[in-house]
Amino acid sequence: MRFLPTDEQSDFARTLRSLLGAAEVPAAVRAWAAGDAVPGRALWSRLAGTGLFALAVPEAYEGAGLLPLELSLGFVELGRAGVPGPVVESAAVSVLLAELADGALAERFLPGLARGETSATLTLPGGSPYALDADAATYCFTVSRAGELRLLGGAREPVRSTDPARRLSLPPAGPGGGGELLAAGPAVVRAAGAAGRWARLLTAAQCLGVGEALLARTVEYAKQRTQFKAPIGAFQAVKHRLADTLLDLEFARPLVWAAALSPGPGEVAAAKLAAGEASYRAAMTALQFHGAVGYTEELDLSLWLRKARPLRDAWGTPSACRAEVLRSLTPPRR
Amino acid sequence: MELAHTADVEAFRAEARAWLRARVPARPLPSLETAEGFAAHREWEALLHADRWSVVSWPEEYGGRGVDIVKWLVFEEEYWAAGAPGRVSQNGINLLAPTLFDHASPQQRARVLPSMASGEVIWAQAWSEPESGSDLASLTSRAVRTEGGWLLTGQKTWSSRAAFADRAFGIFRTDPDAPKPHQGLTYLMFDLRAPGVTVRPIGRLDGKPAFAELFLDRVFVPDEDVIGEPGQGWRIAMSTTGNERGLTLRSPGRFLAAADRLVGLWRAHGDPSDTALRDRVADAVVGARAYELFTWANASRFAAGAAIGAESSLNKVFWSQYDIALHETALDLLGADAELADGEWAEPWVFSLAGPIYAGTNEIQRDIIAERLLGLPKGRR
Repeated sequence: MRFLPTDEQSDFARTLRSLLGAAEVPAAVRAWAAGDAVPGRALWSRLAGTGLFALAVPEAYEGAGLLPLELSLGFVELGRAGVPGPVVESAAVSVLLAELADGALAERFLPGLARGETSATLTLPGGSPYALDADAATYCFTVSRAGELRLLGGAREPVRSTDPARRLSLPPAGPGGGGELLAAGPAVVRAAGAAGRWARLLTAAQCLGVGEALLARTVEYAKQRTQFKAPIGAFQAVKHRLADTLLDLEFARPLVWAAALSPGPGEVAAAKLAAGEASYRAAMTALQFHGAVGYTEELDLSLWLRKARPLRDAWGTPSACRAEVLRSLTPPRR
Repeated sequence: MELAHTADVEAFRAEARAWLRARVPARPLPSLETAEGFAAHREWEALLHADRWSVVSWPEEYGGRGVDIVKWLVFEEEYWAAGAPGRVSQNGINLLAPTLFDHASPQQRARVLPSMASGEVIWAQAWSEPESGSDLASLTSRAVRTEGGWLLTGQKTWSSRAAFADRAFGIFRTDPDAPKPHQGLTYLMFDLRAPGVTVRPIGRLDGKPAFAELFLDRVFVPDEDVIGEPGQGWRIAMSTTGNERGLTLRSPGRFLAAADRLVGLWRAHGDPSDTALRDRVADAVVGARAYELFTWANASRFAAGAAIGAESSLNKVFWSQYDIALHETALDLLGADAELADGEWAEPWVFSLAGPIYAGTNEIQRDIIAERLLGLPKGRR
């Protein structure tokens, strides 16, 4: 038992953190929201250089193996930096194709995803009906309730998200769903289940990073913003709410680690529940303590504020996660 | 990173489980906050001690097994999962013993620890005073030098277990002229039956005398019962409170077992259409797991050489709030039966209500978290 990241794992997270810290991510997020994916793609290719995307791809297809723990530590950093794009969905597609074990399909898509040269978005049964960033992603996959995996093409109807950096669209509906049928049957259903769990896990990791960024920015602000001739961070009401925010995040973090170590449905749901709620509460605290300036889109804080709520609900609302936690207890643990 | 235990740890778990399964009383003991329950719990402590299960982390010479924190946590999991009784010796084991290991002389350890391990001597803590709770450094009870020792005078209050305990430990002002309130304090142990001691039991919310007031009138304490150097009491006491807030007082095993019982209650009594209550059951399950994992991460840090720091304040706020939420959920599941004083969940609920108050109020803990972990400026309390 050694329930702490290894030096290699911590180093990997630190590398990503410093790369992203120097990358002017907020400008890329604003461009992404405005429909200009160029800076975002440039960021994506720098991330690919760290090997991040290879962590969701088997070694046989130029990946590093399916490494949920390393990937989760990496996704905390993506959340902390506010990286835009279908990062979770691309990893989930990689997992889906890896689990499907169809050599031709794997050969066709996985090496590009592992290298970060291509990106993908995905909708699954039971998840959101909206595809994230389909306009910027190389591929748009969908799995139907009947277990058909399709690669969609063509223009889709845009739907605005409350987070403008999340560009949503509704994949074409109707019989067959359109697009190229890649695979069908129980194997697709099973692989989609695994992909959904990974998507939930990586969203939880992203939530944790978003929450940490919100707390760090709010603590800095509370130290320098003065009212009544004192920094607002000296007031007990402010201190206590920030202490509670740290508490939420610190107790969510080990749940994310444990879920990455053993990504069963209950563990993953618990991690998503705790990290999603912690991140959203961190957003509400950040908003309150930044006051009116926090309630503007000019301040970069808004990039994380607007992300916290959609991420809390993406790939498993708190309610869905609670139900999963209780379902996974059968049979009783002891 | 991994959570799997070594075969050695699993063998220890199996041994503990087998022992506990064979000996844990089939029916719960009477409340340890009653005279009858105190006696029954003393017997249980003696039984535990006979096979060296009462203080597994202590060195063997004092009746322990010398196991590391991982095995201690595993033992606690098994202990609470087996439904074993609460520990009447907890104040001594969790608060005084760590202090003795860090600050006492070998002679003191040899004299005090074995009878603590066996339950023969039950210890009460005597920190707070009527005007010194959160502001503990303002305490005024005095210890005045006399031949061969000290004379204690003053009043202590909220002294847990003191109604039935044998001895107590606390800090006393030995230098009233010290420039700062934290200075001139001395840590010592005294006999609750010594001449000059009056114990007045205080009923807590459920009427049980879970604590007491102590009136001290020139109570003699020999030099051999002073821990560490006179005047160093504050520093020594603070090393103890870190333990109290940390995981020794509330090991995760206790909450894992409580969450399991809650899930059982929900399955038996839960209204399937009441999703709000169902959600709170799920939150209790997740909270216990979060606390368990947080503790394992800390155990890994300690194993790597880190010391308990301000993080113990995170621990304390978490478990005290969690404990109340879990028990409130149980009461809500019970409906009209929740108010029955002898129900299985009533006493633990009353007990949980004290969590945010003692061991340093949660308000003080949040100040510590904000100032020491987040680096926010000091402000008026």
